[in-house]
Amino acid sequence: MLPFAAFRRIYKISAGVLLSYALIAGLLTTLPDMGGNMAQTSRNVFYHVPQWFCLYLMMGISFFYSIRVLRFNRKEDDLIAFASARLGLFFGLLGLSTGILWSRVTWRETIASNDISAWWGWDPKQTLLVIALMIYLAYFILRGTVEEVSLKHKISAVYNIFACACLIPLTYIMPRILGGLHPGGESNPLDNISMSNDFRLIFYPSVLGFICLALWLLELNIRFSRISNK
Amino acid sequence: MRKEILALLGKEWTTEWKQKHSFSGLLFYVFCLSFVTSLAFRQSLDPFTWNAIFWIIQVFVALNAASRSFMGESRGQYETLYCLVHPNSILVSKTIYGFGILLLSSGLNFFLMSLFNGSVVQDFGLFCITLVLGSLGLSAVLTLISAISSRAGNRVTLMAILGFPVLIPLQLTILKLSKNAVDGLPWDKSYQEMLTLIALTLITAITSYLLFPYLWRD
Repeated sequence: MLPFAAFRRIYKISAGVLLSYALIAGLLTTLPDMGGNMAQTSRNVFYHVPQWFCLYLMMGISFFYSIRVLRFNRKEDDLIAFASARLGLFFGLLGLSTGILWSRVTWRETIASNDISAWWGWDPKQTLLVIALMIYLAYFILRGTVEEVSLKHKISAVYNIFACACLIPLTYIMPRILGGLHPGGESNPLDNISMSNDFRLIFYPSVLGFICLALWLLELNIRFSRISNK
Repeated sequence: MRKEILALLGKEWTTEWKQKHSFSGLLFYVFCLSFVTSLAFRQSLDPFTWNAIFWIIQVFVALNAASRSFMGESRGQYETLYCLVHPNSILVSKTIYGFGILLLSSGLNFFLMSLFNGSVVQDFGLFCITLVLGSLGLSAVLTLISAISSRAGNRVTLMAILGFPVLIPLQLTILKLSKNAVDGLPWDKSYQEMLTLIALTLITAITSYLLFPYLWRD
């Protein structure tokens, strides 16, 4: 049976509680003045960063279930791989849009507002995200072109695994080629960032809340696809 | 397994001779691309742009070359191969053959780009190593992609859609290494890039090796 179904109440309730806490506390708390408009805009850490984690989580689940498709050749596994890829795309778009808004008002605030390039900088993580989204879009297009069901499951699982294997090294390559503005670009970001304790008190619940939200949505998606397949 | 691979390589070679127009079409494609881009830039290419254009052409050529590698197979050929050989022999032989084709076409591409725009490469040895490693990597990635798109119904556009995102890490590394060769930097600055390139090629090759049998089986 699916591991997601068993805890779906827990996911739903904790996502609701934790996210409303993160939303209220994150917007109301006073943050230390770090110069410029950082004091206010850095509230975005509570929402933008967890979305990025959710993308990785969904990609990981999709990867794992793609391997299961090849091993056991079950329809159920393909359904989960597809649903989590779709949710990964959703969280990726969310993360991309919050990130673009944020970068517009911090790193690129000096650029005149009629210059459209103010909305795009070649930051490594931003670029990486776009590539991840490209992979998912290619995955959906591939699924759309194959008619025969079992062949479709197999081919899309193979592509998913292969694409993930090609992408993982990109995290190491990209910062060295592009340099970047994200904090802690070269290594695991959580080691380097010095967060104050008040900050952590909001940040960690928010991460947990977003992960619960993602799992809850995944479970809903899976149930929905199962019904619409019948 | 080695016998099978050698036999399959021989088969590729014979079919290539039988359909000469297909290979000469590829060479013509290389010529057209480098001719048109050189014409567009009118000898105002600085080394950085030269390098970028060279590898963009090379990636397009690689996509085109790889799309031929599985599409020639008819249903009957597929069934014969299916009965006779191990799937991984097919993958390995196609990768090696694709590597040869890419190496040839990159040589032609280099010659034409230098002819039309002047030679900008300062460290020719390192550039040759980049060509060899880059062709190997491109062929390792694109053979599996070509197999996927051929199984999904032989669409050429699908090849490009699936190939481009997957090629990005490889392409970035190749560009960096090749830029070092163009600038003539000392070799010890490039070891890291070379290692990354080899590691990437290995990762993709091993993943393809593990995945291909699943794709091949009906």
